[in-house]
Amino acid sequence: MRFLFDRDTRRRWFDVIMSGATLLCVALALLPLGSILFEALVRGAPALTPTFLTQSSLMGGIANAIQGTVILIGLTALVALPVGILTGIYLSEYGKHRLGGIVRLFVDVMTQTPSIVVGIFAYSFIFELSLLGFFPPPLVFSVISAVIALATIMIPIVARTSEEALRLVPTSAREAALALGIPRYRTILRVVLPSCASALVTGALLGIARVGGETAPLIMTAAWNNDFFNGLDQPIAALPTQVYRFAVGPSLAENRAAWGASLILVLLMLSISIASRAVIRLRAVRR
Amino acid sequence: MHVDKISAWYGPKLAIQDISLDFEEHSVSGIIGPSGCGKSTLIRCLNRMHETIPKAKVEGQVLLDGQDIYDQPAVSVRRRIGMVFQKPNPFPTMSIYDNVAAGLRLNGVRERKKLDVAVLESLKQAALWDEVKDSLDKSGSSLSGGQQQRLCIARALAVRPEVLLMDEPCSALDPIATAKIEDLIFDLKKDYTLVIVTHNMQQAARVAETTAFMYLGKLIEVGRTRELFERPREALTESYITGRFG
Repeated sequence: MRFLFDRDTRRRWFDVIMSGATLLCVALALLPLGSILFEALVRGAPALTPTFLTQSSLMGGIANAIQGTVILIGLTALVALPVGILTGIYLSEYGKHRLGGIVRLFVDVMTQTPSIVVGIFAYSFIFELSLLGFFPPPLVFSVISAVIALATIMIPIVARTSEEALRLVPTSAREAALALGIPRYRTILRVVLPSCASALVTGALLGIARVGGETAPLIMTAAWNNDFFNGLDQPIAALPTQVYRFAVGPSLAENRAAWGASLILVLLMLSISIASRAVIRLRAVRR
Repeated sequence: MHVDKISAWYGPKLAIQDISLDFEEHSVSGIIGPSGCGKSTLIRCLNRMHETIPKAKVEGQVLLDGQDIYDQPAVSVRRRIGMVFQKPNPFPTMSIYDNVAAGLRLNGVRERKKLDVAVLESLKQAALWDEVKDSLDKSGSSLSGGQQQRLCIARALAVRPEVLLMDEPCSALDPIATAKIEDLIFDLKKDYTLVIVTHNMQQAARVAETTAFMYLGKLIEVGRTRELFERPREALTESYITGRFG
C-alpha cells in the first residue's frame, strides 16, 4: 500500500507531534504550581502589611508563626541532621551486610509513612510517657513533642539522601586513602564527606523544606499559640498551622490572612529549594 | 618481602591459590598474566587492601623484614607498603599540595615545615616538581592523566614506604606518559622495593628484574625477566609470551 507521504515526511511529522505532546504535558504538570503561586501572590500580597508581618496572631499577624516555624525547623535540624547523616554514613560505608539491608528497609518505610501517622505516634508517645510520669502532662502539646514528630519525618529523608550522596563518591577515592594507611573513620571524615558535601547540603535542605511545610503532625503536637515562643514545654505557633487556623476562621480578615501566611510559607519553601540549587551550582563552578 | 602460600577469595570464589613468591629489596619485580588471572588480587594482598572488599578473605603469610603483615595493624602495614592504582585517583577536593601531604596529615603530622619538605621531596622523586611547582594550590584533578598518576606516586612516596606496589600504573596512560613513569620506576628502585603488575609484557621486560607469570589464579613461573622471556621453562608461559593466548 502507498502512503500519502513518503517516509521522511511522516517521520518529521511524528517528531513534531510527539515533541508537542511532551511540551503539553510539561505545561499540565506546571499548571498547578503556577496557579498556586499566582493565587498566593494575588490574594496574599494585599494582606502583607507591616503590622501583619510584625504582630503576633493575637493581633491578626503572623510574626509568631514565622518565629515558631524557624524555631521548629532549627531544633528539628539539630536533632535530625546528625542522626540522619550518621545513619546515611552507616548505610553507605558499613551497612553492606544483613543488618544494613534491614535498616535500609526501615528507613524506606519511614519515608513513606503518612505524616499524620507520625503526628499520632509522637502524640501518643509523649502521652504514654507522661502517664508513666516521665514528663509532666502539659508536655503533650509542646515544642518538644513537635520536634519529636518532625525529626521522625526528617531523619529518614536525610538518611536516604546522605546515603545516596556518599555512594556517589567513587571507591577509588576511598581506596586511595586507605592505601596510604589512613584509618577508615578518617577516610570517611576527611576524604569521602568533603567529596559529597554539596549533595549532603542539598539533602539537608530538602529535609528542612519537607518538615517546614508539615501541618498534620503539628496539629497533633505543637497545637497552636497566639503568642510568641514561650518555652520548650509550651505549644507553639507555626506557619502551616496558622494557615489552617486562619482558613477555618469565620471572618473575612482571617481568610485574607490565611492567604498572606500561605504566601510567606510558599516563599520560604521556594527560597530553600533555590538555595539548595545554588549549592549544587556553586560546586559545578568550582570544578 | 616474602609471600608464603597466599590464597584469596571473593566470597566463595577462589581468586588466587597457594602463591609463594620472593620480592627482592631495591629491585623491580613484575607480575604478568592475562586479565582475571589474579595478579591484581595478589598485589592487593600484599598491603592488606584485599580485605577492604566486603566478603573478601585471605589465607597465608606475607613477611616483610621477617614479620607477617597479617599479624600487624592493617593501617601501619599500608604506611610501610604503599600502592599506586590502575586509574589515577587524586583526591578530587584537594589541591596538589594537599594531595601529596594527605598521607602524613591524615596520620597526624601537623608541622608545616615537615609537610613542606615531604611534599617537595616526593614531587621531585615522582619527577613532577618542575611541572607543578608554581601551581601547588591548584586542584589535583586539573592535571593531565600522566601527571595525575605521578601525583599519586608522589602521594604514596610521601609517607616514606619501604615497598611500593603498582597495579597496572600505565594502563590508562598514553605512550609518552608511560615512558615517563617507566623512567621513574627505574629511578625509584634505588630507594624502594617495587612490585609492578602489568598486562603489558614489553613493559615487564623493560622495567622488571624478575618477572612472575600467573594464570587462572596460580603462579606458573617466576625467574629473572630475561630468562623468563627468552627461555621459559613452562609451556604455558611460552605460549602466553609468544601471544598464543591472553
